[in-house]
Amino acid sequence: MAFFFEVLIGGLLSGIMYSLVALGFVLIFKASGVFNFAQGAMVYFAALAVVGFIDKGVPLWASVILAFIVMTLFGIATEKFVLRKMVNQPPIALFMATIGLAFFVEGLAPLLFGNDVRPLDIGLVDEPIPAILDSLNIVVSRFDLTAAGLAALLVIVLALFFQYTRVGRALRAVADDHQAALSIGIPLQHIWALVWAVAGFVALVAGMLWGARNGVQFALTFTALKALPVLILGGFTSVPGAIVGGLIIGASEKLAEIYIPPLMQSVFSGNFGGIEGWFPYVMALLFLLVRPEGLFGEKHIDRV
Amino acid sequence: MFYRETGQFKTSYGADQQIFPIRQDRIGIVLLLAVAFVGVPALGSEYFFSAILIPFLIFSLAALGLNILTGYAGQLSLGSAAFMAVGAYAAYNFQVRVEGMPVLVSFVLAGLTAAGVGILFGLPSLRIKGFYLAVATLAAQFFIVWCLTKFPYLSNDSSSGVISVPGVSILGFDFDTPRSKYLLVLTLVTLLALAAKNMVRSTTGRAWMAVRDMDVAAEVIGIRLMHTKLLAFAVSSFYCGVAGALYAFCYLGSVEPDGFSLDMSFRILFMIIVGGVGSILGSFLGAAFILLLPIFLDIVLPALSELLHLPFDGATVSHIQLMVFGALIMFFLVVEPHGLARLWQIAKEKLRLWPFPH
Amino acid sequence: MARQIGEVILDLRNISLRFGGVKALTDISFNVREHEIRAIIGPNGAGKSSMLNVINGVYHPQEGEILFHGQVRRDMDTHDAAAAGIARTFQNIALFKGMSVLDNLMTGRNLKMRTNFLQHALWWGPAKREELEHRRKVEEVIDFLEIEHIRKTPVGRLPYGLQKRVELGRALAAEPKMLLLDEPMAGMNVEEKQDMCRFILDVNDQFGTTIVLIEHDMGVVMDISDRVVVLDYGKKIGDGEPEEVKNNPEVIAAYLGTQH
Ligand SMILES: Nc1ncnc2c1ncn2[C@@H]1O[C@H](COP(=O)(O)OP(=O)(O)O)[C@@H](O)[C@H]1O
Ligand SMILES: [Mg+2]
Repeated sequence: MAFFFEVLIGGLLSGIMYSLVALGFVLIFKASGVFNFAQGAMVYFAALAVVGFIDKGVPLWASVILAFIVMTLFGIATEKFVLRKMVNQPPIALFMATIGLAFFVEGLAPLLFGNDVRPLDIGLVDEPIPAILDSLNIVVSRFDLTAAGLAALLVIVLALFFQYTRVGRALRAVADDHQAALSIGIPLQHIWALVWAVAGFVALVAGMLWGARNGVQFALTFTALKALPVLILGGFTSVPGAIVGGLIIGASEKLAEIYIPPLMQSVFSGNFGGIEGWFPYVMALLFLLVRPEGLFGEKHIDRV
Repeated sequence: MFYRETGQFKTSYGADQQIFPIRQDRIGIVLLLAVAFVGVPALGSEYFFSAILIPFLIFSLAALGLNILTGYAGQLSLGSAAFMAVGAYAAYNFQVRVEGMPVLVSFVLAGLTAAGVGILFGLPSLRIKGFYLAVATLAAQFFIVWCLTKFPYLSNDSSSGVISVPGVSILGFDFDTPRSKYLLVLTLVTLLALAAKNMVRSTTGRAWMAVRDMDVAAEVIGIRLMHTKLLAFAVSSFYCGVAGALYAFCYLGSVEPDGFSLDMSFRILFMIIVGGVGSILGSFLGAAFILLLPIFLDIVLPALSELLHLPFDGATVSHIQLMVFGALIMFFLVVEPHGLARLWQIAKEKLRLWPFPH
Repeated sequence: MARQIGEVILDLRNISLRFGGVKALTDISFNVREHEIRAIIGPNGAGKSSMLNVINGVYHPQEGEILFHGQVRRDMDTHDAAAAGIARTFQNIALFKGMSVLDNLMTGRNLKMRTNFLQHALWWGPAKREELEHRRKVEEVIDFLEIEHIRKTPVGRLPYGLQKRVELGRALAAEPKMLLLDEPMAGMNVEEKQDMCRFILDVNDQFGTTIVLIEHDMGVVMDISDRVVVLDYGKKIGDGEPEEVKNNPEVIAAYLGTQH
């Protein structure tokens, strides 16, 4: 039983990281209706920028600030040179453009900041928390817990930002109705630039946490692939959906990875590891058949 | 010779409904086929067949498949490579497991198997649209490749799913040279491309496009969304499946599941974006472009590095390649969403007026 | 030729439709007789489009029943409606933008096509013959609507007024028994409106097609419709012949913007 909880908690903690990446998707989608496939590439870009600056002798804190500036500039450029020029095209074309963007970034980032896998030390160590280990006999990683705490904090800050600041309200208004947003008196372009900056910031946090855990490497781009089923589950427009979806995906994929292969092995012979790679997708798919609007999405009837 | 339709009056609707209504286009196609079937085999080198023409034709077929689904029926898929994998493994299994199975029949069965799997993964399209569906097709991509790796039965118990296909022999003739394989692939691809062209210019294609352009209106006209979308998934997967079988049997000879990666699916998608979404011709143009681009960069970049005295290593070249791909995709989507096929059409329209514009 | 207005062929009884908290239609009943031109009028947001959507099964009302062709049902199904000969146009043009005028009209005849995709792929005898046969029918519609010059043009490139006309063409191509028109003349200039009126009257007259029409231009409504139903805030506030409705105090109030 202790083992079950260990897996479950590990899954939930990594799930929060998925939520964080999914949140980047949700932000951009809400504000501009663009489904940004390049979010994973941005996570990679951000983490690589941080270690890249550190390699050049810049201290950690300054590297983070510089990376944030780079991400913001990058977001603004994307908005200005690609997305704005495609406003009259169907959403699917915009989506394909962001796939192109992902390729572009995945090539650009290592050219700018180097290609080797590098560690990123943000002062957290990956070790079991003794108190929990002693009292409950469950291994909970200090790193994972802290990272999850940071992610949760970020989510709360963003939620407050959306709820209580003028800019945040404008962002929400844009999601609902572009005309209404204009009446708040903030130009649409500024809002989009801003939302790309916020998404860049979220990518930066996600990239640093994942990078500190597993090293900064190309595999960071795969975080996006993990976040996609989270979005299906949670709905593309819902911040709470991204969070709950991430937790469900994180926990269920880890449990599936532990408990399903032995079952399959007893039926077919062979080795059935690696279920993690597809399990979230198939789960999200099955879920879609039952509830196409996602956990928190609203049922929508096309208007004609 | 002028490219004109002046003077070619259509005196019946039948004449107007020919596959290529303009006479110059008909002549052009006949010439092109003559060159492809007679000229090229007489002149081309082994390398040219096996490294360029065969993969070009096979990827054109896969792109055609994706174009039917995405370009005509409007359902975005990110799992084309997985459907190719289904085709490759199905053809292999039919060949090894059924005594005396004719190769062509196993190709058709491979296509049908892929179609079946395509329908299965197309089911969510009945409830979800756009990028939701795109995400759902990723499930196909990951799940299929995983199954092929993990179930030893599917690869006839070979280790980690690698299969080596038997030689291709039809009616006693062995297709064992690059030239003969090229001719086989060319024949199949030509036939399937004609069939696709016929489908998209008839009721089937119109139903697909109607669903793509305005699904509610299509439904109101009486088009059954479920039937239409699943048919698009089936036909598209059939094409990808046959392409996969050809990929294994006429191109590589030995394939592994991981070869049919997400990256390959993206490349097929790029082919239709660059070539022209919703264009048969575009599938071919795009495949040529996307396949030739890396070859071109491989030649140009080292030369460029020499010229600029910059050290470009292999990794740098591949990074630049990624960037060029990405930039091209964005460029086409922003500047010419209908791709090379549209540029070709514009060129033809210019030619029609030449030498007297206006 | 005098039209014979026939029996009631469509009877909507106590229809209520909600979207979440929004009540689009509340307890609405009215009927449509064969061969008549039935207008639905009312201010924006009154629920007119929703009404059409209920009639051909795009929306499914929560309450009420529909009598159609002698059969009582809870709601309609888009496919059944189309098969029973109901065709329509939309308030915001819903043409197939990437296709030519000709292809849009051919698509309108979708339900009459019998050949399957394999025959299409091979361009087999029956498929080819069918294509020709329907092409002829579609050309009749093209002649009728006087759009010969644009048959090969992608509809996305046409001006608004012509798009509306092509959309009517797509509906007519199906040879419908009942035609639902959602603001067919909105946004048109006087000349285009006159043309459209003429087409509607001709269709009704020559083919006996029953027409349910939403229109804002009162002049047009009073001129061409046989009976008018008036909606306001999802409720029915008037029903009857044009003269009768015009003098209904509640209708006048709604149209003068009096508060309820
Ligand atoms: N698909 C839908 N989803 C949500 N609300 C809708 C939908 N369709 C219509 N409504 C609402 O129903 C009411 C009536 O709309 P509608 O039938 O379009 O009115 P009209 O055509 O008379 O202008 C409006 O309040 C509108 O917002
Ligand atoms: Mg309306």
